[in-house]
Amino acid sequence: MLKSLSVAAAIALTAAAAPAFAETRSSVTIASPWEVASYDPAVAGFTIQKLQIMENLVDADATGALRPGLATKWTASEDGLTWEFTLREGVRFHDGSAFDAEAAVLALTRAWGQPGLLKKAPITDIAAQDGKVVVTLETPFTALPAFMAHATTIIPAPAAFDAEGKPVALIGTGPFAVSAFTPPQSISLLRNEAYWGEKAKLETATYLAAGRAETRALLAESGDADIVFTLDAAGYSHLSHVDTIETSAVPIPRVVALKVNSGHPFFNDPKARQALSLAIPRDGIARAITRFPEAAADQLFPPALNRWHSATIEPLQTDLEAAKTLLADLGWVPGDDGILTRDGERFAITLRTFPDRPELPLIATALQDQWREIGIELEVSVASYSEIPAGHQDGSLHVALYARNYGLTPDPIGSVLQDFGPGGGDWGAMGWENQKVVDALKVIASTSDQELRQTNIDTVANLLQQELPVIPVVWYQHTVSIDKNLEGVIIDPLQRSYGLSEMYWAKD
Amino acid sequence: MAHYFKSVLTVLAARGLQAIIVAVIVGIVSFAMMQALPGDAAFRIAAGRYGYDMMDAAAAEAVRLELGLDAPWFVQLWGWLGQLAQFDLGNSLVYGTPVVDEIATQLGYSLLLAGGAIVASLMIALPMGVATGLNPDSLLDRICMGLSVFLRAVPAFALGVVLVLVFAVQLKLFPVAGFRGIENLILPSFTLGIGLAAVSNRVVRDAVVDAMNSDWQLFARTKGLSARLTLARHVLRNAALPVVTYVGVQLAYLIEGVVIVETVFAWPGIGHALVHAIFGRDIAMVQGTALTLGLLYVALNLCVDLACRGIDPRERAV
Repeated sequence: MLKSLSVAAAIALTAAAAPAFAETRSSVTIASPWEVASYDPAVAGFTIQKLQIMENLVDADATGALRPGLATKWTASEDGLTWEFTLREGVRFHDGSAFDAEAAVLALTRAWGQPGLLKKAPITDIAAQDGKVVVTLETPFTALPAFMAHATTIIPAPAAFDAEGKPVALIGTGPFAVSAFTPPQSISLLRNEAYWGEKAKLETATYLAAGRAETRALLAESGDADIVFTLDAAGYSHLSHVDTIETSAVPIPRVVALKVNSGHPFFNDPKARQALSLAIPRDGIARAITRFPEAAADQLFPPALNRWHSATIEPLQTDLEAAKTLLADLGWVPGDDGILTRDGERFAITLRTFPDRPELPLIATALQDQWREIGIELEVSVASYSEIPAGHQDGSLHVALYARNYGLTPDPIGSVLQDFGPGGGDWGAMGWENQKVVDALKVIASTSDQELRQTNIDTVANLLQQELPVIPVVWYQHTVSIDKNLEGVIIDPLQRSYGLSEMYWAKD
Repeated sequence: MAHYFKSVLTVLAARGLQAIIVAVIVGIVSFAMMQALPGDAAFRIAAGRYGYDMMDAAAAEAVRLELGLDAPWFVQLWGWLGQLAQFDLGNSLVYGTPVVDEIATQLGYSLLLAGGAIVASLMIALPMGVATGLNPDSLLDRICMGLSVFLRAVPAFALGVVLVLVFAVQLKLFPVAGFRGIENLILPSFTLGIGLAAVSNRVVRDAVVDAMNSDWQLFARTKGLSARLTLARHVLRNAALPVVTYVGVQLAYLIEGVVIVETVFAWPGIGHALVHAIFGRDIAMVQGTALTLGLLYVALNLCVDLACRGIDPRERAV
């Protein structure tokens, strides 16, 4: 009797509690490694954009196709030297002030004056004209709209700057407004009820920067964070066995690459660079270090960049014997200790890399081991990543291992031009220039003829594959853990958005 | 009484002078250390600001120009000292925000954590130390000794992860990381507090053992005080002196500990900020943070001095 009573009581209690329990949650917590300590779009734009606090004139979907943002349309003049961006009407910033051409010009002029992407475009003027934003160029540049979708060209409200023009607040037009900011760790967001587009489904969201991968994995496992970005290999495989979480890995346009000083006497022959490439155990690195076997980079541009990635290109191989033969052809002879020598000089070089991405030093030591097999003595120097552009500038660099994002803008021409254009680039070719590549890039940057553009893209991709000024190693995966009850999650391969405004909780 | 105030004033004056000397030395030493680091500061600061996808030699040159990094070192140092004399710590080289603002937010969080850690350590060390001190060489004493050695040897980082696994992930009693409320303070405080208590419980134990073996303890019992009253009135007060002094000594461990624990628990404190500032070659932030930590050390030692004076009447008589 007593037992059945208590059972009845338990049922009654559950029934009473059920409605409260079934109430759908309206908040999420996101954890990621990137700290935010600044109000400046040039510094913190990547996170501000991903959290949908501020928006760009031009937006992009997950495939990289451009779509209207704060501008409803954009057109270039006949000569390609003047671009007009027509602005969306009736848009208000979070503080209630109106978004207009003056606000956009203020933000873009500031972005243009700072080190950053806009500086790389041939811009001569940015002005407000008849309620439109008008950008004039020195030479035609078709990637300008794509540049307007970049994180550093987001539009803060004029009120976000102080009297001296320094950014002092996070006020934008996006579906979420900032309700609290504790630099560098956390941002609290509140739905923007006056948003011009479809309003967010969630009411609030919290962003938490947790620098350590272990902490992020624990946040995911405990349920303290509902979505966790950028997991390490160990955390990712552990979380894939946790019932309440779904893990996902999305290929992104970031590639681990090896920059070679082609001006150095050891590497000025393409055969030498091909030999280095043949001695990179891409499959092993992809399987054992980054743990995504399909991500071994047999060409520079990853599949996520569908126009630049080529299905027909001859893939890069691993073949130690072929590497040895190529080096022997170049006059290198193994010495007593197995290290190659030529004209009394040992093949001893230094590789620069950095620890911010924990897999880089591991890959560097894998290369150290493999290259010894073909007679190259490699010293690995792990320091700040700024040592790589510094070494490029003073010419002291031999080889460098780093990760390069070719998806900074939906159209990678900006980055490619910077890396392989005239004179090479800090994060691209060094001591290498190929006139055919330079000419093709010029066409890609200025033509609006899609077919012509594609032919030239293929030319560039093929030449880079043969000449190897930069040797690809592995492509990146964007790893995410998501609470199973969270719906509407879209993982953006271009990493422009966390997709907060689309998310909602399933009703239990 | 007049004597007492005089002695307090002497302490305050001595510590005040010490604070000024510490400020100048810390500023110069941290500046010198940052100058001595290899690599080009303009490249590091540009890297910290724009991230590596956007950072290149052009960005570094712009930073060099903006911050006047090519000025001779003594001009830069003199500029900082001049600003310091006007109580101005300058702006963060990476974020452009005033250093004072950054430190004001972060110091509060760090003090909260440090306070939590001291409370946690006393909550563990006092009962353990008194219990083992009253029963020296017992089984309990030996177990505590072993445990203390073990816990002091475990790095704070590993201890933190274990505590999170047990109390946050398995038992779901506390949150893993962040700082939404007071419940976020518990795990980081105990991570640090356990490390502190591992040593301080032995200090308490030894102090209690000494007090229990002293002549005055015997006298107190002989004059008819009960064991409980003797403990409360005489033993604990006498034993408190070395313990309070030792808490002062432990502050160094605490400042070193917050750096790691803040990172593990995503706690927006000053230790974490200091590490980032060093990586980003943010000289103004490094100087400001080191200065604050140095002054904090002086201030806390002052508190320890005053507390000892309060506990020990002999000091006041001098």
